[in-house]
Amino acid sequence: MTTRRKDKNQKWALAFVIVNMVLFGLFFAWPGVLGVYYSFTDYTGISANFIGLENYVKLFQDQSFYKALGRTFLYTVLSVPLLYVFSLLISVLLVNKYTKGKSVAKIIFFFPWLISPIVAGVIFRWMFGESFGFINYALGLIGVDPVSWSSDGNMALMVVLFATIWGGTAFNMLVMMSALMNIPKSYYEAADIDGANGWQKFMNITLPSLKPTTFMVILLSVIHSMKEFAMVQSLTNGGPGTDNTFLVQYIYQTGFDQRNIGYASAVSMVLFVILLIFALINMKVEERSKI
Amino acid sequence: MTAKNRTTSILLTAIVAILGVVYLFPILWLLLSSFKPGSELFSYPLKFFPDEITFGNYEYAWATMEFTKYVINTLMVTVATTVLTVLASASCGYALAKYNYKWLGVFFLCILTTTMLPTEVIMNPTFTVIQKLGLYDSLWGLIIPSINTATGIFMFRQFFQTVPDDLLEAARIDGANEGRIFFGLMLPIAKPIVITLSIFSFQWRWNDYVWPLLVISDPNKYTVQVALRSIVGADNIDWVLLLSASVISILPMVLIFTVFQRYIMDTGASSGLKD
Repeated sequence: MTTRRKDKNQKWALAFVIVNMVLFGLFFAWPGVLGVYYSFTDYTGISANFIGLENYVKLFQDQSFYKALGRTFLYTVLSVPLLYVFSLLISVLLVNKYTKGKSVAKIIFFFPWLISPIVAGVIFRWMFGESFGFINYALGLIGVDPVSWSSDGNMALMVVLFATIWGGTAFNMLVMMSALMNIPKSYYEAADIDGANGWQKFMNITLPSLKPTTFMVILLSVIHSMKEFAMVQSLTNGGPGTDNTFLVQYIYQTGFDQRNIGYASAVSMVLFVILLIFALINMKVEERSKI
Repeated sequence: MTAKNRTTSILLTAIVAILGVVYLFPILWLLLSSFKPGSELFSYPLKFFPDEITFGNYEYAWATMEFTKYVINTLMVTVATTVLTVLASASCGYALAKYNYKWLGVFFLCILTTTMLPTEVIMNPTFTVIQKLGLYDSLWGLIIPSINTATGIFMFRQFFQTVPDDLLEAARIDGANEGRIFFGLMLPIAKPIVITLSIFSFQWRWNDYVWPLLVISDPNKYTVQVALRSIVGADNIDWVLLLSASVISILPMVLIFTVFQRYIMDTGASSGLKD
């Protein structure tokens, strides 16, 4: 009786997950395998001939690939820590009992989450316009020369960073605030009795308690910035020139605009491997830090 | 309140206020600019508030772009995907939490890997798959692939793990079958998660850009985001149109947020992953 029952339940369990299984197969497993296969061919949308490692060889001699890769790394290395610091600062301020006006502030900091990457790009493009933007106008008021926000590659990257931090804070803030609220009050009370100051409490109680959340937030931010595409498309379109073309846009351009699907798939595989390596490192460090 | 505490309070509140102004400003500037007549947008010296408030830009945007069409397209995709996402994620998360079969464990690992392989990374093969399945240039091509989300599955799995097994056993002894237990008992209990994931899903789909970019080519099937991108992508950007169109595109999200904000703001459920 029980075994028959179990079989029946197994059928139900399968019924409950079947939709996600089929979709996983169709939209992750299949394109994933197809992408690996494409990357060894000269596929341009018509026919695919096997060319072995040629795409990869070409890739590692390709200046524009290195440029896109380097720029994506630079963007990630800059945006992830900055976003983390700002999110943490705001979260800590918003759970502190001495801060006034918390509920209004929370809504303000959360608001950018509602706004799409495309619109975020539009807003920052409008604010940082060289001849018409508010920022250069405001700088002019205090006697600073207009900054070339869109014609200078590094300045344009700065604007992308601002937009990233502005848009990314909300989600991190939600996650961090719930983690901060879960830290037992008794820890802080004990530290008060020992005469610890605010900074010491932050370094010795808050940060260590946030460790799991920190790992998650950093991992998600890295994945997110490595695949940044929509916002940059509307903010700078990878420009000026190709100065801020990140990897996903490079994949899009080579794969869809130039139809070099085999080559673009090879770039995709490199990006996938990078993400995987980072996730594994993140997991290893997290395990170690638990001991 | 001692003097020291008051100083602390003033200092912290001041920092929050300054940061708040910085975070609020971009939205405010977009909003103010959208009410300025075109002649005023580029006239130096810039003014913070519009000299004359005009709704002309909005009328212009509505007339120039087939906004109604884009909004209807986007709403259809967003609502259909959200309903299906919630149903699929709830049942899948429930199965992963409450049944103990080896193959379910393997499938859970598969779902984990999907977070490593976002659509953006495998655009080209995904495009081939879309074509082979006959989903190219149809709204179904936006709906079906987006139903499967790791975040949603994790959220429900986490929730159902906290539901005591005795509850299920009791229902089983009463002779309810697994389907009835799930739909009649478990789904109603999970209401807060249902609402939270619905809001998340709505935001993901309303603001989605990569899928529509890959799947849709017919301008009649554009979503709001793709339509906006076509204005930004032009050589000469029509700012008057773009600013008001951007504001219009944000409104549905603001509405949803206003109605459901307590579910978003007071929840630990968001501790899943991003889509």
